[in-house]
Amino acid sequence: MHSDPEAIRKHVRTYMMVGAALFVFTGITVAVNQIHLAVPLAITVALIIATMKGSMVAAVFMHLSHERMLIYGALVLTVLGFLILMTVPSFTTRDTIGTPVHVEAPAAAHPPAH
Amino acid sequence: MNIPYTVEERPDTGLANGKLGIWLFLASEVMLFGALFSTYIILRTGAPEWPHGELNVWLGMANTFILIASSVTMVMAWASLKLNDWGKHRLYLISTFVLAGIFLVNKYFEYADHFRRGELPSHSTFLAIYYTLTGLHGIHILGGMIVMAYFMGPGAKMWKASPDQFANRIEYTGLYWHFVDLVWIFLFPVLYLL
Repeated sequence: MHSDPEAIRKHVRTYMMVGAALFVFTGITVAVNQIHLAVPLAITVALIIATMKGSMVAAVFMHLSHERMLIYGALVLTVLGFLILMTVPSFTTRDTIGTPVHVEAPAAAHPPAH
Repeated sequence: MNIPYTVEERPDTGLANGKLGIWLFLASEVMLFGALFSTYIILRTGAPEWPHGELNVWLGMANTFILIASSVTMVMAWASLKLNDWGKHRLYLISTFVLAGIFLVNKYFEYADHFRRGELPSHSTFLAIYYTLTGLHGIHILGGMIVMAYFMGPGAKMWKASPDQFANRIEYTGLYWHFVDLVWIFLFPVLYLL
């Protein structure tokens, strides 16, 4: 991070603009929610806006837009771990362990003899 | 004893030790909250129905605005130190602390309202994960406030003895605080809106 006062002053303007943008995006998130979109679309829109907001916080407030390689490396590993955690739920819906196997009863070929 | 690389960067990592330390800590925090978000997905996709509109969206939105404002004041507290303006640093750090307090007070009223209606964690799966996620997040807010209180009180002495080291400590506190804000940015839509 820069220590030059002039560079810091420039950053201060950026901090204010990003803060204002975060307020606006929060307002947009709530406004979109009031429209009552279909659930899959609502989830997609809300998560896209949240990701944009989170990226702004990480890049500007946390200075990730100009950080050392070592930190990027640690974060790439973290993101990989996070993605694995997020895919775990899909495995739970795909496996069949413990699921009762429903076997159709064979249709009677001949009517029962009386 | 003098701890090395608190201000100057280590030649091998290119970072002061504190900065690498706080980022590794935040990486572990991502996994902690990631595990809980993953749990939320499992519970939600496995539930036959999921409640909608149980939480007060306007209170959640107000708390989002409060945390965003606190992130701005936190980064300004650090920038003020870099600009050698102690007075503004104090003002911004106190503002961050107060905003964090307001967030927790709002959360208290929100919880109290739920409790009054008998909506305890045992009431439903949604409320169980809601209290777990927001409770853990609230504890993180409290932890940040304790650190800020230290730097407003006894920890502030370091500014005179070692201003660069103090500025670094405020930067690390800020990194933690922005992470707490970042988690809420995802918690708000996931719990309040969807």
